[in-house]
Amino acid sequence: MNVLEINNVTKRFGNLVAVRDVSLNVAKGEMCAIIGPNGAGKTTFFNLISGFFPPTSGNIVFDGRDITRLSTHERVTRGMARTFQITEIFPELTVFENVRISAEVAGGYRLRPWISRSEAAKLHAIVEGTLKLVSLEGKADRLVGELAHGDQRAAEIAMALALKPHLLLLDEPTAGMGDQETFQVTQLIRRLHRESNYTIVLIEHDMRVVFHLADRICVLDQGRMLAQGTPQEIAANETVQAAYLGNAA
Amino acid sequence: MSAEQIRKLVVLAAIWAALLLAPYWMVPLGGYTALATRVLVLGLAAMSVNFLLGFTGVLSFGHAAYFGLGAYGAGLTLKFLAASTPLALVLGMLLGGVCGAILGTLIVRRRGVYFAMVTIAFGQVFYYIAFQWSSLTGGDDGLRGFSRQPIDFGLFKLDILSSANNFYYFVLFCFALVAGAMAFILRSPFGRTMIAIRENERRARFLGIPVERHIWIAFTLSCFFMGFAGALYALVNNFADPRGLHYSQSGDFVMMAVMGGMRSFWGPLLGAAVFVVLQDYLSSITVNWMSFVGLLFVLVVLFFPRGLLGFLQRSKA
Repeated sequence: MNVLEINNVTKRFGNLVAVRDVSLNVAKGEMCAIIGPNGAGKTTFFNLISGFFPPTSGNIVFDGRDITRLSTHERVTRGMARTFQITEIFPELTVFENVRISAEVAGGYRLRPWISRSEAAKLHAIVEGTLKLVSLEGKADRLVGELAHGDQRAAEIAMALALKPHLLLLDEPTAGMGDQETFQVTQLIRRLHRESNYTIVLIEHDMRVVFHLADRICVLDQGRMLAQGTPQEIAANETVQAAYLGNAA
Repeated sequence: MSAEQIRKLVVLAAIWAALLLAPYWMVPLGGYTALATRVLVLGLAAMSVNFLLGFTGVLSFGHAAYFGLGAYGAGLTLKFLAASTPLALVLGMLLGGVCGAILGTLIVRRRGVYFAMVTIAFGQVFYYIAFQWSSLTGGDDGLRGFSRQPIDFGLFKLDILSSANNFYYFVLFCFALVAGAMAFILRSPFGRTMIAIRENERRARFLGIPVERHIWIAFTLSCFFMGFAGALYALVNNFADPRGLHYSQSGDFVMMAVMGGMRSFWGPLLGAAVFVVLQDYLSSITVNWMSFVGLLFVLVVLFFPRGLLGFLQRSKA
């Protein structure tokens, strides 16, 4: 069953066609990577999926329901979580508080003026479990703004996970990281995919990361879907090599 | 209990002890009880502004409108409806809160400077209504001809009109109720979504928080608190004045909040205390008292960007 179905989506900004007639299906449990040269429309495509703005034409189906016109927070409520190229966190709160807000919203407590002791305990357990999943359990009481870049990314991913998403969108999760941190985050994403069976779509620049992680790779170029396939197929594809891998490698 | 929690409890106990004993230590220091009452009421208003500014991260520059509406609501109730202080407080709060709730639906569509500008604009609308509608509000002369009424407890009546101490404790009781409600909300899951919006609006949105709706709720709550403070202010003066709705009054509240420390719960109360005491003292010496308060404000913002209380907390830690 497909978690996400994107049908012939186009996005225009004035005369510029940022995304042109792109279709993509993502099956449950799949990890799909989107690559492409700068300006290929990757981030615009991501913003269409997560609801920053509606597409000019085409539609998006999530968990069997058309979400093309839904707002961002409604998509999140239906189970779509994302992280950003530049980490978006609550810097002056602790790691624990960051993830707790997420768990409270996901638990339907966001409008509640109080919570009972047992509810608080349940949330506490969820937060601790999530922090363990991203190996941040030892840093729960640190301010997120003071953590290293890789740990901030892990905290951001933990916030997404605490929403109990059916689909995880990761926008360049290793952007701006050194080798050590890239490795740490890659291992984390790999664990989420292989061990916890999350359905993941990610944009990534680092080819080692992409070929290491993805079940399927989609290549965008000038707003068009140039090719889709397994890492082997993409590596062997001559059009892709000409457009992208050739001058990148 | 951790050392941090104990420290917080001690500070809280000290604040409440100082407030409870204010009539006894203020007079020997050269103050008077009515001054403490003003500090409480204006402090409550500054705390209401800060409920939005410091904890939701949106700056309203027109909050005096809801303060003034609360004052007129209370005054008009006492003058035309019924000689009941509690009813005056409730209706004053409702008038400020309901107007805030309605206008809030329009205001929360904007952010940053535009949010501040729209709040000023709506605030001035109420100012001119109060200014022009002389037959109801008394226009520029203000609303007169009412006074706070004794509180009837059935068995006895509490005289809050002639006894400054009784009135102070009545206001302190009201202050405690509202401050308690604010603290309770800030510690709730809803309060944490407010802080989430302040910290990072985009992240909050992508956690599934409908940001506009939450800002609207915070705005509305803050207008109810503001209306309540305004109603108390009408009781303090037995008078309501269109200048209480003017944007310069809004600016004073923002100043108190920022000077005291907008990230701390009690900061605005301290800011209000400094403002009111300086005003009381300096205005007896010079008509240009505001330039001295302004100078202090500039110094605080330059050297203690977290406000006076933020500075005290920082140096203690």
